[in-house]
Amino acid sequence: MTPEEVVVAIKDIIETIAPDEDVSNLDHTERLRDQIDLDSMDFLDIVMELRKLYGAQVPEEDYKELATIDGCVSYLHPLLADKELHVTAKV
Amino acid sequence: MVELPRVVITGVGITSPNGNDLGTVRKNLLAGVSGVQPYEIRYFGKTLAGICDFDPLRYQKKKEVRRGTRAGGVAIYCANEAVRDAGVDLSRYDKQRVGIYPGVTEHGNVETENEVYNVSQYDYDLRFWSHHHNPRTVANNPAGEVVLNLDLRGPAYCLGGACAAGNLGLIHGAQMLQLGEVDLALAGGVSEAIHTFGIFASFASQGALAKHDDPTRASRPFDKDRNGIVVSEGGCLYMLERLEDAEKRGARIYGELIGHRINSDGTDFVLPDPAGQNACIRGALASAGIEPDEVDLVSTHATSTPSGDVAEVTAVREVFGDCEGVYVNNTKSYIGHAMGGAAAIELAGNLPSFDDGVVHPTINLDQLDPECEVRNLVANEARDVGAVRTILNMSFGMLGINSAVVIRRFDP
Repeated sequence: MTPEEVVVAIKDIIETIAPDEDVSNLDHTERLRDQIDLDSMDFLDIVMELRKLYGAQVPEEDYKELATIDGCVSYLHPLLADKELHVTAKV
Repeated sequence: MVELPRVVITGVGITSPNGNDLGTVRKNLLAGVSGVQPYEIRYFGKTLAGICDFDPLRYQKKKEVRRGTRAGGVAIYCANEAVRDAGVDLSRYDKQRVGIYPGVTEHGNVETENEVYNVSQYDYDLRFWSHHHNPRTVANNPAGEVVLNLDLRGPAYCLGGACAAGNLGLIHGAQMLQLGEVDLALAGGVSEAIHTFGIFASFASQGALAKHDDPTRASRPFDKDRNGIVVSEGGCLYMLERLEDAEKRGARIYGELIGHRINSDGTDFVLPDPAGQNACIRGALASAGIEPDEVDLVSTHATSTPSGDVAEVTAVREVFGDCEGVYVNNTKSYIGHAMGGAAAIELAGNLPSFDDGVVHPTINLDQLDPECEVRNLVANEARDVGAVRTILNMSFGMLGINSAVVIRRFDP
């Protein structure tokens, strides 16, 4: 997966978790929670989807790395580099 | 004796396999329209069920639907509809003093089955077990989801009472109003039962699951060829208020809860006991301070099981056998058994009789089982009986729980 595909992957997961939100115009540097309605249970869902779709394990102490889209790319790209992109929701 | 405040119904929120508002439900009850359809569920396969088609997004965001349970969704739909129907502006009430009391037959089976299935897809690795499992399966889930949806703060919990639960919710809500614990009560019952394969499989193993080539004719209480229960989902929550409060705000009053009784057979896990049901009915009439011949309509539980119907009719005959003007019907012949929602749904469909004097029938009665013969059973066609002033609504459940409520037309 390329860094661009990691963005697609994370937006797809967010759209599944928060289906009322528009993810198309998310600022990549701003905190996700400041842009859309996401709570701690949603973050656990994001972590669960990463585990289910890509076998990626994100330990609790690293959750903070997922605060922004850019943060997700930096943290997840090494974990997902050899994974295929799965898109479930419509991005 | 302590004089308790009178409690009335001022709003009805309902989703039933044959309608998502009281007007539609009533129209379909009078027209003999069933809500039973072919259905298929994981592991069990093809069967029949009463399925609701209300729009969950009418009152919930997509995320709420995803995160919550079907029972929560049913409760939220019914609660919002009841609030709207009652013309209540919740912002004018103390949020701490609005109670939510849905009855449930059970809660958590659907969610647990889903989660076990989910981890089975990951070789039973429990790291894939959802963090949503606990909030989805706690026994107060449907009530709690209503609280979150309506932004309330009052007491909200479920009344677990097997298939008698819909009456339990109603009774409890009325009692909390009478005790002054709350100023509004959203009370009744809800069911998500068709989403658990376990309930179908268990009834099938018990030899109590209905089968019929025509789904709409599968639930046939009192008929000679009845062969079991059709499992359904749905719910009904009532807006209950103290009469004084309802009158003060000029509310429309559907009826007054004048009596009730909950008791237990104490005889069997599954099989009903006419003696226990009889005592329940008589207890409800005594609490209402009326004689059997003052009841106009008996809404029976009538699950369409061979033994259950006979036991119930035995109890009804003993109490009402000598009464000329007491009519008998049931609702499960149309929609199957909506479990925790059943009693509340079944009462709702009969409330319009107070206005039109018409008793909707039990349908699918081709050949009456002689053991289910009861005076004034309204069969297959609605009957205009002139006036209906008092309804007895009965509901019974496993482990021998019995419930009955007496509702009287409100004549100012």
